[in-house]
Order: sequence, then structure tokens, then C-alpha cells
Amino acid sequence: MPGRRLLAMAAILLIACAAYLSWGARGDWAFILSFRGTKLAALIVTGTAIAVSTKLFQTISGNRILTPSIMGFDALFVLLETTLLFALGGFGYTMLDSTIRFAVTLVLMTLAAILLFGTLMHGTRRDLHRMILVGIIFGVLFRSLSSLLARMIDPNEYAVLQANLFASFNQIELDLLGVSTVLIAVALFAAWRLRDTLDAMELGREIAINLGIDYDRHVLIVLGIIAVLVSVATALVGPVVFFGLLITSLTYQIMPGFRHRDHLIANGLLAGIVLVAGQTLMERAFHLHTPLSVIIEMLGGLAFLILILRGHTR
Amino acid sequence: MIEIDRIGFAIGKSEILNGVSAQLPRAKMTAIIGPNGAGKSTLLSLIARLIPPASGTIRVGGYDVQQTASDTLARILAVLRQENVIASRLRVRELVGFGRFPHTRGQPDAQDGEKIQWALDLMALSPFADRFLDQLSGGQRQRALIAMILCQDTDYILLDEPLNNLDLFHSRKLMQVLQDMAHRLGKTPVLVIHDINYAAKYADNILAMKQGGVFANGPTQAIFENHLLSDLFDTPIRIHQIDGQPVAMHH
Repeated sequence: MPGRRLLAMAAILLIACAAYLSWGARGDWAFILSFRGTKLAALIVTGTAIAVSTKLFQTISGNRILTPSIMGFDALFVLLETTLLFALGGFGYTMLDSTIRFAVTLVLMTLAAILLFGTLMHGTRRDLHRMILVGIIFGVLFRSLSSLLARMIDPNEYAVLQANLFASFNQIELDLLGVSTVLIAVALFAAWRLRDTLDAMELGREIAINLGIDYDRHVLIVLGIIAVLVSVATALVGPVVFFGLLITSLTYQIMPGFRHRDHLIANGLLAGIVLVAGQTLMERAFHLHTPLSVIIEMLGGLAFLILILRGHTR
Repeated sequence: MIEIDRIGFAIGKSEILNGVSAQLPRAKMTAIIGPNGAGKSTLLSLIARLIPPASGTIRVGGYDVQQTASDTLARILAVLRQENVIASRLRVRELVGFGRFPHTRGQPDAQDGEKIQWALDLMALSPFADRFLDQLSGGQRQRALIAMILCQDTDYILLDEPLNNLDLFHSRKLMQVLQDMAHRLGKTPVLVIHDINYAAKYADNILAMKQGGVFANGPTQAIFENHLLSDLFDTPIRIHQIDGQPVAMHH
């Protein structure tokens, strides 16, 4: 049963990809395919990263409405990038190879995420209200620090950063795509290997330990995976708040059962479908100039509200 | 045997356990009794390596619970705490199936299916096996969780107030099942329990705790004595022998 749904979703994703690549194409096919193909790859890679990181976060936090971005993960990434620019200065920042710069931010991000969120998750009881509060406070703190730093940086230099941070699904940072794809593949593989462990972790700390999971260590490992996924996605398309929530909520509706072996794949496929189909429609069918992210964020925000109002906070 | 050696535990500055030492015999049912705040649940969590002790060691069946790998321990001891909030949307059978996780790592075979059905039948859950957990009453949920623990098929079974939410029928049934497991299968159930008459009827051994220390530890008949229990709970308790069983009158 789950297998057939996954196949159906894979088929829909393939159709969406074919439509994205071929719809309205005129002229040199080699150029079109490489141009659109790169963008397509970027859409799928980032979508999967955001959706899977959200699912992983929901598993270790034991609820279905929190996401890494609500908890301030991507705000943390922005803060680190801003701090890096502040420390190096505009010239140093631009001179630094973008891959190396990305690697430095990634390492810092992973450490910071484990340090901050690890302590939050570590307690013997996971209090949802405390987590939401701390998440909101972290998010506001990180954003305020970023904007404080931004005010202290020369506006010309800040423009460099802005181009990086305010990427979108329309303007993906393609020069990082290669290294990003590798990183995301490694992180996804790590998550996939933990799929059965994640099933047990979703039952909560005490039951997971009872079942023989080294819970506290695995929370840190999963936080590390989340940090990598969020960093890469944020570097490529900038902060996206509600997309992950939209995808995981839809996946819970579509996929029966609880197994991560099904849900991880379903989240990835669905993220691809929504982004690729959405982008195809926006670019080709409606010729709209509204960024896709605006619509997705609106739908995701609605999903968030509905979840809260229906009391699905567990 | 469970060997507890000078276990200390504190939350912040308040001391919960002050150097507790006790031995709980194998193949016997032990009930941990005592007033609120005596440290009963904390001791159970420490035995089950859910929290690390500040000092001292605990051995279960010869394994030091702080040193032994968690997955090895999961095949030796199973534990159920009082409050369990489960985020996943699980069916009863799926939850009970998790009891096989330490043995199979998520790949159950036919034999596991039999074990799962056995645990479901034992807790009278077969009619609800395909219901979701959030469609159950409190008592049914509790039984589903206990079924998962029994399905784990470990030598040591630690339960924190397992009779919570259970009606008279199922309370009695559970205690009979556990007693049977101790006497017939050589398992070692350890229960934190508030109803001392259930302890009197079914437990072979009693660990009485008060103010973070051991108040008394011994065979049930020796503990069920007027002065000892009255002092333990700071309330007058009279023990009557009814049909050869000690019954505590405390109301």
C-alpha cells in the first residue's frame, strides 16, 4: 500500500519534471535542457532538503507543527553569514572562494545547532510549549543580531551578502549547486540509514531508550543532519519558513503508517512535486512574476494555522 | 538479581536518593511502596538507565546499567514509566510490535507476529488491535503500552504504577500475569505500586522507601506488620489476616 503511493508520487514527479523541461521550449534543445535542467535539479535538491529536515525535526521533537525554521535554524544560518561578512569585510568575503566560505559556515552552523538545540532537547521531558517559546526567542534573537550587524556593515558591502541571502526559487545560487547536492546526498543517506531508529525515537525518549536506542547521542546526530540540510537549502534559496510544514502535513495525510522508510521518501517526492509543478505553472502557464515562494509560504502558513486550531500539536 | 549499590541522585540542590543500597531477588515479583516523594519512580528510572545516577552503581542480571550498551540492555530489561505521550499515529498492533524492536531492529518475522499476538491476547487487546492509539480510552492505552513491554520478552520487567487507569478486572489480570511470569517463567517484575493490598496479595518481596532511602526490604509477610507500615506512611494502619493473606486497613 505505501509502496504503490510512493510509485504514484514518483510518476507524478517525473511528469512534472518533463513538463518543466519541455513546456514552451523553443530553439536549441541542448541549451534549454542544460539551463532548465540545472534549475530543476536545484528545485528538487532544496525541496527535498527542506522537507526531510522538517520531518526529522518533528520526529525528534515529538510533535507535528514545529519546523527547523520556526525554531530559528535558518535565522541562525543568516546570522552566521552576516557575522562572517562583518569579520572578514566585504573584500575578504568576496575574495573567499564561495565553496570554502560555505564550508566554514556549514561547520559553524552544525556546531551551533547541536550546542543550542541539543541542550534544549536534552532534558528528560520534552516540553512543547518551552520549545516553541525558546524557538521564537532564538529566531527573534538571531534576526535582531543579524540586522544589528547589517547596520554596522558598509551598505555597499552588505549588498554582496543580500544577493546571497535573499535568493529565491526564481534565483537559485547555482554556483553552489554541485557541492550542495553532494552534501545533501550525504545527509539524506545518513538519515535513511537511521530510518528504523527514527521510528523508535518518535515514541519519545523513555520508550526509545527502553527499546535500546542510545537516544541522547542520536538526537545530536539527527540535529547535525538537520543543520546540514537547512544550511544547504538556505544557502541555495534563502530562508523559507512554512514550506517544510506544508509538505510534512500533506505527507501525513497522504501516507498511511508511521514508518520513516516510507515517510522520508514521500516527503522528498512531494516536495519535488510541489516545487516543480508550482514553478512550471508560475513560469510557463500563468507567466506570473509573483515568486513561487510567496504562494507556498501563504499555503504553508495556512496549514500551520489549521494545525494549531485543530489542536494537532502533539 | 538487581543489585543497587549506594545510589545517590539529586535534582539541583534537592536530594532525591541518598545512597540507596538494596538487592531485589530474581524470579520473584518485587513491589516498591512508600509515601509520595520517597524516590520510588526515580529509583526505577535509574535501574532502567533512563537517567544517570550521581553516584553508585546498579547491576541488572550482572550487567552494569551505566556501562552496558543500551541495545544489549533492551533485551534484558524493559521499563514503562507513568506518563507516555506518543506523537506518532500508531495502531495498537504496531505499538505492541515495537516490543520486538530490540530483537529485530525493525524487521519483524513470523515468530515476532506470534509474540505480538500473544501479548495482545494477554492484555485482552485483540478486539482493538487495529485501532489507532488516540481512539482508545486511558485504560486501553495503558494496556497497549504494557503489552509492548511484555512483548519485549525480557527477564526484568520494570513498571511504574502499571495499575493507573486500569479497572478492577484488568488490574487483577495484570498482577496475575506478572506473578505467573515470575513463578513459572523465572522473570523478575519490579513494580512501583500505591495500592498496598495489591502488593500484599501478589508481590513476593517488598522494597519500602521513605525520604530518599530504603525503609525496609524483605519478603512480603515480614513487611506487612502493623508498626512498620504505620511508620512508613505516618498514618495508622492495621494488618488483618484474611484467608491467610495480609490485608491493610488504612481508610
